[in-house]
Amino acid sequence: MRLIGKKEIEHMAIGAALLGTGGGGDPYIGKLMALQAVEEYGPIKLLSPEEVPDEALVVPSAMMGAPTVMVEKIPNGEEAIAAFKALEEFLGQEIYATMPIEAGGVNSMLPLALAARLGLPVVDADGMGRAFPELQMVTFYLEGVSATPMVLSDEKGNSLLLNTIDSVWAERIARKATIEMGGSVMNAIYPMTGRAMKNSSIHHILTLEEQIGARIEAALKNNKQPINEILELTNGRVLFQGKVMDIDRKTQDGFAKGTAIIEGLGTDLDKSCRLHFQNEHLLAEVDGKAICITPDLIAVLDAETGMPITTEGLRYGARCIVIGMPCDPKWRTEKGIEVAGPGYFGYETKYRPIEELLRKEEV
Amino acid sequence: MSTYRIGIDVGGTHTDAVVLDEAYNVIAEVKATTTEDVSSGIYDALKKVVAKSGLPAEEFRYAMLGTTHCTNAIVERKRLNKVAAIRIGAPATTAIKPLVGVPDDLRAILGKHLYIVGGGNEFDGREIAPLDEEGIRQIAEELKGQVDSVAITSVFSPVSTDHELRTAKIIKEVMGEETVLSLSSEIGSVGLLERENATILNAAIVDVARSTADGFVKALEKEGIHADVFFGQNDGTLMSVEYTVKYPILTIACGPTNSLRGAAYLTDKPDALVVDVGGTTTDVGVLVGSFPRQSSLAVEIGGVRTNFRMPDIASIGLGGGTVITIKEDGSYQIGPESVGYRLIEKGLVFGGDTLTTTDIAVAAGKAKLGNPELVNHLHPNTVDKIYAKMVEMAEDTIDKMKTSSTPVPVILVGGGSILFPDQLKGASEVIKPENSGVANAIGSAISQVSGQIEKIFNADELGREKTLELARNMAFQQAIEAGADPDQLTLIDLEEVPLSYLPGNATKIRAKAAGGLLSERENIQS
Repeated sequence: MRLIGKKEIEHMAIGAALLGTGGGGDPYIGKLMALQAVEEYGPIKLLSPEEVPDEALVVPSAMMGAPTVMVEKIPNGEEAIAAFKALEEFLGQEIYATMPIEAGGVNSMLPLALAARLGLPVVDADGMGRAFPELQMVTFYLEGVSATPMVLSDEKGNSLLLNTIDSVWAERIARKATIEMGGSVMNAIYPMTGRAMKNSSIHHILTLEEQIGARIEAALKNNKQPINEILELTNGRVLFQGKVMDIDRKTQDGFAKGTAIIEGLGTDLDKSCRLHFQNEHLLAEVDGKAICITPDLIAVLDAETGMPITTEGLRYGARCIVIGMPCDPKWRTEKGIEVAGPGYFGYETKYRPIEELLRKEEV
Repeated sequence: MSTYRIGIDVGGTHTDAVVLDEAYNVIAEVKATTTEDVSSGIYDALKKVVAKSGLPAEEFRYAMLGTTHCTNAIVERKRLNKVAAIRIGAPATTAIKPLVGVPDDLRAILGKHLYIVGGGNEFDGREIAPLDEEGIRQIAEELKGQVDSVAITSVFSPVSTDHELRTAKIIKEVMGEETVLSLSSEIGSVGLLERENATILNAAIVDVARSTADGFVKALEKEGIHADVFFGQNDGTLMSVEYTVKYPILTIACGPTNSLRGAAYLTDKPDALVVDVGGTTTDVGVLVGSFPRQSSLAVEIGGVRTNFRMPDIASIGLGGGTVITIKEDGSYQIGPESVGYRLIEKGLVFGGDTLTTTDIAVAAGKAKLGNPELVNHLHPNTVDKIYAKMVEMAEDTIDKMKTSSTPVPVILVGGGSILFPDQLKGASEVIKPENSGVANAIGSAISQVSGQIEKIFNADELGREKTLELARNMAFQQAIEAGADPDQLTLIDLEEVPLSYLPGNATKIRAKAAGGLLSERENIQS
């Protein structure tokens, strides 16, 4: 157990932007909520997964709906608490700790604000190790943890408990309800035992975020390029360096889909990289050959500052470095690939781990 | 009939002024030094340009000013008003109070009267809660005599302005009609904190704007000029004095915009890249349909994150006065220091002791200025290397601002534009227009009046075509209210962004229309 305060939150937000792999929603609002909560209620207890008793109840907290709504209609902080209270009442058990379902983007920060307000510990773990757009795209689901019973709560005081026959129904009803409740709600979801959490989550991801953020910040202060430090922390590899030449974007089924063409510079001169994204970066190809495929992580960094560039922020002329990072082994199972692999997102490429793709490249 | 206009633009180094005739021909131009108080530099430029034009005072019909008073007040934290901020949104939004994330020194000045009251709207226009009118009345009672101006920000006011307008009415009833109010729906777009910050900053500079406007009007009167006065705003269009003192925040960053607009006018190129080379920096902007392309990212002003419309400008520390250091091993450094307006005493070619980019351009034979013999001692290889690097810095910045690899026209303006050659990588042509040294003042003088809206629409309700039409008409209406001639309005920007995770094809649409001044046409007809 250790305490985390403002400085750690600032660092985690930078790391969350990187693990957001281009999407996940801007962590900014979540960060400010966490900062204000810490200012008012004191620091947050961060637990290592193994510190959680096997029988304890762990409940992740997340926002659901449109990030665009959330930046305008900011939560009041009570929504997540109401969701937790309703779930505790239904389950007849006190919640021992909370955690993020995704380490990338805004959802990495929101459980911190909740934890500070309730004096509840946060487990240093998540269910993605990155960001993904859908509820079932979590390692909890891969290990058979049910999303329900789940509770949605809005700022007006409405709470809705869903006890559905499967997660497809949960998603279907929750999406509709979210709209009625104002487009952005907080939920208590994937309730699980400490044992299930240890088995199904990605461990020490918040600490990783914090380290990434701390290293980026330190490097920027010394006018240094932080990319090597990021690679070292994430076992990542530089996939490509160059300049964005063309972007083709459209919104389809509520997702920002598209591709970006990056023309090589430096050691990648005369090569071309095609990046495919759907909210997050999902597939990188160099000269027609895949070199990093979802669920492995792809991040685009500003070549000067090393700061992550979101899919929305990609524009012509941006000098960037594309990096790839191996995903958690939990994603590299048959079910993992089925849930969040290239096929699910409509790409024809078959998933192969980044290490294997780059080895071939080197031969 | 008087038909001449005066355009003045305040830059970091120079305050430029021009006199244009009815057909926008340049009759006179002057460059004065920007003073610390800004105002005396403006008065100086005004006096000089009027004298230089040789025209009698009654010949001037319009006076347009683009100034940095408001930016400076915020950056320097000086002369700010006592403000209160009321956010309408409870029970939502309380997890982040107003001004959280704003630098502490500014928060200490602006954060003395912060309130969050019940009300606000959902993304689709429904009420989050009824407006807490009683609460607002109490707050207004409390604020009587305590503050100079009040910032009002309601959740989703870009979708529905009702709660902001009702709040404004109550406050005026209690605190008096003359109370200065800033409404967020007039200032920014979706993104509560950024819009609220911009609204609070606006409330904080209303007096600065008022005294700037009064001062300018008086300075004109002192010259015997009774012109219609307008202020430039950062989208390249004009605001009346009345509107300026209500929404002074919109004057921020009007300088780069004026240069862009002036460049478009001088070259008749509506779509081009504009490279404005000043004494200290080079600013690169993009013209789309004669107007600056706007930034889509959050913009910081004095350390405060805001989201209101700003021209998309890339700035590098390379100007005519940028200092060059050559080390003993032959390596060199360009900037970031600059001698600024003191180039004419400090630069080597002017007999000074400091090597600048201007000296390099002269030594390389690219510019004719001062006494070239004074840079003969520089090694030609070193000179060529440095010059190539300077050009490369500009070309890189140009490339970053382009939207595709297709070559585009590049317009060079500003006092330092002599630094650069007639060919640049990525440019289909390089144009150095006449009077380019005062393009910013010309841009200020020729500005049009605009109206803009940014709202979330349900595109399924009316269909896409009708929705866009509706947005267009709303922008036209805004422009007409701002003083534009209804018969010569054009739509200059239309952008639709579908919002993910929302039903009914919720789409954020931004529309902007602009046209000439209504009084201008009356003038021409009469």
